[in-house]
Amino acid sequence: MQKSLHIDPDKCTGCLQCELACSHVNEGVFNPAKSRIKVFNFHDQGRMVPYTCTQCDEAWCMQACPVDAITLDAETGAKVVSDALCVGCKVCTIACPFGTVNYNASTGKVIKCDLCGGDPECAKACPTAAITYVDANWTGLDRMRQWAAKTDAGAQAEA
Amino acid sequence: MQHVIVGAGPAGVVAAETLRKGDRNADIVLIGDEPEPPYSRMAIPYVLEGMIEQSGTYLRKTEGHYEGLGIQYRQGRAESVAAADGTLTLSGGETVSYDRLLIATGATPLSPPVPGLDLPGVHNCWTLEDCRGIAKLLNEDANVVLIGAGFIGCIILEALAKRCGNLTVVEMEDRMVSRMMDATAGGMLQRWCGAKNIRVLTSTRVAGIEAASGAGGDKAVVLDNGETIDAHLVVLAVGVAPNIGFLEGSGIKTDHGVLVDQHLESSAKGVFAAGDVAQGLDFSTGEYSVHAIQPTATEHGRIAALNMLGQNAHYKGSLNMNVLATVGLVSSSFGSWEGVAGGDSGVAVDEDGYKYLRLEFEGDHLVGALGIGLTDHVGVIRGLIQNETALGDWKERLQENPHRVMEAYVAHSQT
Repeated sequence: MQKSLHIDPDKCTGCLQCELACSHVNEGVFNPAKSRIKVFNFHDQGRMVPYTCTQCDEAWCMQACPVDAITLDAETGAKVVSDALCVGCKVCTIACPFGTVNYNASTGKVIKCDLCGGDPECAKACPTAAITYVDANWTGLDRMRQWAAKTDAGAQAEA
Repeated sequence: MQHVIVGAGPAGVVAAETLRKGDRNADIVLIGDEPEPPYSRMAIPYVLEGMIEQSGTYLRKTEGHYEGLGIQYRQGRAESVAAADGTLTLSGGETVSYDRLLIATGATPLSPPVPGLDLPGVHNCWTLEDCRGIAKLLNEDANVVLIGAGFIGCIILEALAKRCGNLTVVEMEDRMVSRMMDATAGGMLQRWCGAKNIRVLTSTRVAGIEAASGAGGDKAVVLDNGETIDAHLVVLAVGVAPNIGFLEGSGIKTDHGVLVDQHLESSAKGVFAAGDVAQGLDFSTGEYSVHAIQPTATEHGRIAALNMLGQNAHYKGSLNMNVLATVGLVSSSFGSWEGVAGGDSGVAVDEDGYKYLRLEFEGDHLVGALGIGLTDHVGVIRGLIQNETALGDWKERLQENPHRVMEAYVAHSQT
């Protein structure tokens, strides 16, 4: 059974433990700027929204990569960047309409969520279960998927 | 069903793979005209700067990828198409029959109309063969002149600057990357290059290249202002034009490129076109344009293939966009970045920090953007434009501070 990250913004307190855990495990530094998950703070509404890649089926990043550096992890469904193959051309960063692939200038490579190989640190670090890693079929991914489908209308086939 | 694809760049390769996914039994022939595995021209600068080997440019890295999918990859150069007969003739006279043909022949570099281009050490930077020729002359003592500071020129610029002794860039337009940058952005790029000891001459034309015998190189690049620059290596990047010459007399309609409808089908039934050679629907303008960019090539390739399979896939048009690093300064442009009549804009400029973001709106929709120094979440600009997201009160906030664009996106997608 494939699992996916389920994000419930209503439970997020904005503690940023997810960002710290992500940057520490993936980049070796406690630096939210290098986190692959990002918490957006809507002060006026008192609302925090954690946001990261949904590993969408369209895989815009993977389709756009000119050097085959982004591949599908068949086990987790994650689209994974190979540092060895990535040349840092950044085409995936503009191709992803969700804005979840970033360029890391210090390494010259792009970074995106890879679900930590199936054991996402952000979910483990979240103290309020705003981020959980659960079976894909019954997560509340619907909203993201709907959004994906809407975005899809821009440049995808309607076949 | 016999599917023939001419051109083994990203559009051709994605099309071949999509065809195989949709039809296990079809015959799929992929024809490339270079003696290399299918590769990415985009990755050539990274070979030049020594980051990757030539094999790092290959579009697919798995050994036996094409054979494994039953895709026949062969070498050949298209000479002509007889659409009424369903045949393609290759140079040498061989004819190949097809039921469905995909033209994905890409583009060829243009040459500036000046004498001396045939001198040794004057190269385009388009093919792996060009790359090998340039690499031979590129070393820390080399004086290099790059002619053209457009999009391709600027990508090559970075690689040349890292490897050569002295680099001069000559651009005839009044700014760098004039097709994706306004004066503010182009000026910022030029200032940035200057700070890195790269001389960029804009509004300057090359009058000719001459043989020379000075210590500065065996060539002299003569400029229209009378100045002469010695060089060991001259690299040309003045633009490209779609490869449509072989379609002359075929009856297939062409303009700048092969004209295709929203199914990526040409005026000849059963003949499709994709990628840099195709002139298809532009999402932003509603007009038909050649968008010679990687995302369009792969999307074209996939949608053309679905239609070759008979699946009636409809393309909503491609969004012109680019991302570029010029000696480390990242720039990007999307859609109608120059703005639209009656539209509004939001601009943030930080000249000292080399940061710039210009957003262009039509009503409360984002229709274009231009950025310098942005590396995080830039893709949402595409998302917002393509979705035609009604920004509501976020439009005003973005006009005040364009850098809140990701927040605007999250606010609309997650709440």
